[in-house]
Amino acid sequence: MQTFDLSLIWAGIIGFGIIMYVLMDGFDLGLGILFPFAPDEDARDVMMNSVAPIWDGNETWLVLGGAGLLGAFPLVYSVFLPALYIGVFLMLAGLIFRGVAFEFRFKSKRNRHWWNRAFCWGSAVATFAQGAVVGTYIQGFETEGFVYVGGALDWLTPFTVLTGLGMMAGYSLLGATWLILKSEGHVQEWAYRITPKLLAAVLVVFAIISAWTPFVDGSVRERWFGQVSLIWLLPVLAMACAYGIYRWVSHRREGMPFIATLGMFIFTYLGLVVSKWPVIVPPDHTIWDAASAPESQLFLLLGVLFVIPIVLTYTAWSYWVFRGKVRTGEGYH
Amino acid sequence: MELDPLILSRIQFAFVVSFHAIFPVFTIGLASYIALLNGLYFANGNPAWERLATFWTKVFAVVFGMGVVSGIVMSFQFGTNWSNFAQASANFLGPMLSYEVVTAFFLEAGFLGVLLFGRGKVPQGVHLFAATMVAVGTFISAFWILSANSWMQTPAGVELIDGAFHVTSWSTAIFNASFWYRFMHMATASFLTGGFVVAAVSAYYLLRGRDEVANKKALSMCLWLLLVLAPAQAVIGDFHGLNTLEHQPTKVAAMEGNWETQSHTPLLLFALPDMDAQKNHFEVGIPSLASLILTHDVNGVVPGLKDVPRDEQPFVPLVFWSFRVMVAIGLAMIGVAVAGLVLRRGGRVYQCDRYLKLLVAMGVSPFIAVLAGWFVTEGGRSPWLVYGMMTQAEALTPSLTGGMALFTLIGYIAVYAVVFCCGVYYLMRVIRQGMLPHDQETVVDDIERAKRPLSAAHIPFDDDAGHPVRS
Ligand code: HDD
Ligand code: HEM
Ligand code: HEM
Repeated sequence: MQTFDLSLIWAGIIGFGIIMYVLMDGFDLGLGILFPFAPDEDARDVMMNSVAPIWDGNETWLVLGGAGLLGAFPLVYSVFLPALYIGVFLMLAGLIFRGVAFEFRFKSKRNRHWWNRAFCWGSAVATFAQGAVVGTYIQGFETEGFVYVGGALDWLTPFTVLTGLGMMAGYSLLGATWLILKSEGHVQEWAYRITPKLLAAVLVVFAIISAWTPFVDGSVRERWFGQVSLIWLLPVLAMACAYGIYRWVSHRREGMPFIATLGMFIFTYLGLVVSKWPVIVPPDHTIWDAASAPESQLFLLLGVLFVIPIVLTYTAWSYWVFRGKVRTGEGYH
Repeated sequence: MELDPLILSRIQFAFVVSFHAIFPVFTIGLASYIALLNGLYFANGNPAWERLATFWTKVFAVVFGMGVVSGIVMSFQFGTNWSNFAQASANFLGPMLSYEVVTAFFLEAGFLGVLLFGRGKVPQGVHLFAATMVAVGTFISAFWILSANSWMQTPAGVELIDGAFHVTSWSTAIFNASFWYRFMHMATASFLTGGFVVAAVSAYYLLRGRDEVANKKALSMCLWLLLVLAPAQAVIGDFHGLNTLEHQPTKVAAMEGNWETQSHTPLLLFALPDMDAQKNHFEVGIPSLASLILTHDVNGVVPGLKDVPRDEQPFVPLVFWSFRVMVAIGLAMIGVAVAGLVLRRGGRVYQCDRYLKLLVAMGVSPFIAVLAGWFVTEGGRSPWLVYGMMTQAEALTPSLTGGMALFTLIGYIAVYAVVFCCGVYYLMRVIRQGMLPHDQETVVDDIERAKRPLSAAHIPFDDDAGHPVRS
């Protein structure tokens, strides 16, 4: 046990799981948010069909995140969930409606507008809640020992509302660039047109959040301004990606905008992690405080290390099977 | 009145887990049945098997989808409402639930797509393999979650240090005293559920004279299965009860409605247990039978509820009556299965309208029995959450207020009501439409073959959406 730090390994695995979830479920939630703005019903069909084959697998990462946290960092599980009680409920309700809408929308004509709404609102609420979780994480929790002692709506502050909106903008951007990749004709043209606007929205919100964060969290302030550090490299890289999105969209490139958006998310996420490290339940608890017993972490590690590569193989395979453009009129009739 | 977060959380947990439970108990049985049908088709190429398999796969897709959606809620319940429990038992429960995700859920998700959409796309053998893997996945899932639950009933292999359970022996904790009984009882319950639902639907078609060849085959197969499993379930249940007597005597006392520790305990057929008076009203029973069943000796001593103080007693009426409902249904199942055997002579099973109608009616019985069984198990455990080690009150999330719990309780009820109604409504349409002749099974192109559950069933949700619906 002395030779390697299990908590560190687990932080890596969970961190990986979270970013996997954010990137993969992010673009399909984003499409849901963009749904009402689509030019026509054909475009909506294309949007939905472009993620239909894969969203279900994407969501399993969320379940893995929940169970994995309980297994490796139970404190996160038992502080975040009570603190975000109402938010978690909203997120789950959103995900349920979205999931059901996926299935029933194509099978109904008369009631289709209801399922459109369920899909959009479900996605929007779930995304907002996830953004608020990030904001709450920056903000910190009121704990006594290992127990959350704050109120039901402590998480809902102007700051977390902003991070919630930021997440909505971010996921929409992911969704739009994904659509560029997966569509053609007027749908793709529409996606090209909205991408710069969404990019601008994301940049504005992120600028405000970044300026605000040092005031919300003193330890972040110290880390950012304490010594000239490599941290500043990450936002620079994120900005480079943003510029890339802009350029590639003007040049009507199909694949690069999505890749650049992924990059922007990854660098922002890393920036957040590095700013907070190694605190996992702010303000007081580090990953080592939050860890479960070493024998439990080890027991679980053996299985996970064996299975995750298989899961990744399968995921890649299913993306491969459903590669290529989605055309209007294709799909469900 | 102050809203009590404990009571509300218990109601919430009971509601969401009961809602969840009705789907897996069906999918576990059905997955194996579909694998079997595919296997039979593979072996002898009879198209009746293939049509049955195709039809039941559509039903499976819908039920599985509902199971997934409600399951995602479950994985957050421990943290939202029972965070002290989550914190204390994470060392054991965390790995159990995570193993369930990585060994079962990903396996199911991985092969589900091929099962639902792969017919004709992949070689038949691969398709059969996928069906088998999904069935195996459901069992692996049941294995982990029932181990976790059994551990809460009969904790073992752990040490309580500073308010947290530390695992001292994984094998002792996973294969705890009640695990195999619960696993066998639940597995058999799943097969019974699958069997009775398939029998009910086949009987429904036979009553309407539809697809007689395939439905006769299906019904006959089911009845053989039920003839073996229904009595087996009673025997397993009996052993399960003896195991419970050893480890959770108070639960057995509540099941029997027995207040005093005594020999010659009667088996009560009817009683109104009264918690305040600590006795029963209007008892009707068979003398000494409970002693005989539980100890195999009329002089045997059966523990009574008064052995523990009032605040360590479970809510007796719930346990007492749920147990009777479950056993009554179990006995009725045996009756139905035996009647089927008798009616086989001369092929009367397929003609006797009254028997077929009875089978249709029995279609919901396994779900009621399963929920009743869980109410016995879980209700009889209270006030303990981890038996003898942690109470429900200790487990509750400290910051949870009654208002918050009520808000989400109402929320879940509302959300589930909508989802459930849509799902059941849609399922009824799938069943009404029935099996399509071979050439009418819609051929779908690649993009339609979404790898997700419900889209396997190409049946419109409402009338004017395309495909004609036969009635
Ligand atoms: C004996 C069986 C059984 C029992 C008692 C439970 N489950 Fe379950 N669960 C299953 C059997 C199952 C299954 C058969 O494996 C399901 C049903 C449909 C499905 O997709 O898998 C499932 C689905 C399912 C999912 C969605 C999986 C996915 O994304 O594919 C989650 C997160 C849970 N369950 C979690 C729970 C929790 C936390 C439970 C305890 C309180 C629980 N289940 C009780
Ligand atoms: C799937 C079938 C299940 C059903 C139908 C079921 C049913 C119930 C019911 C009715 C209660 C309320 C009992 C009462 O308050 O008197 C309850 C409580 C509970 N059950 Fe289960 N249960 C199931 C499986 C599980 C599993 C697999 C676990 C754990 C791994 C579990 C953990 C709990 C917990 C933590 C409670 C606490 C709340 C309480 O005691 O009220 N249950 N369950
Ligand atoms: C016919 C005689 C039956 C007997 C004697 C019997 C006995 C029992 C007992 C004693 C328990 C409680 C165990 C405990 O909590 O420690 C139980 C639970 C349960 N029963 Fe039954 N049972 C019978 C039939 C059935 C049937 C027909 C079904 C469903 C189809 C069923 C489904 C369940 C379930 C799901 C549970 C909860 C899970 C568990 O603890 O195993 N039972 N049964």
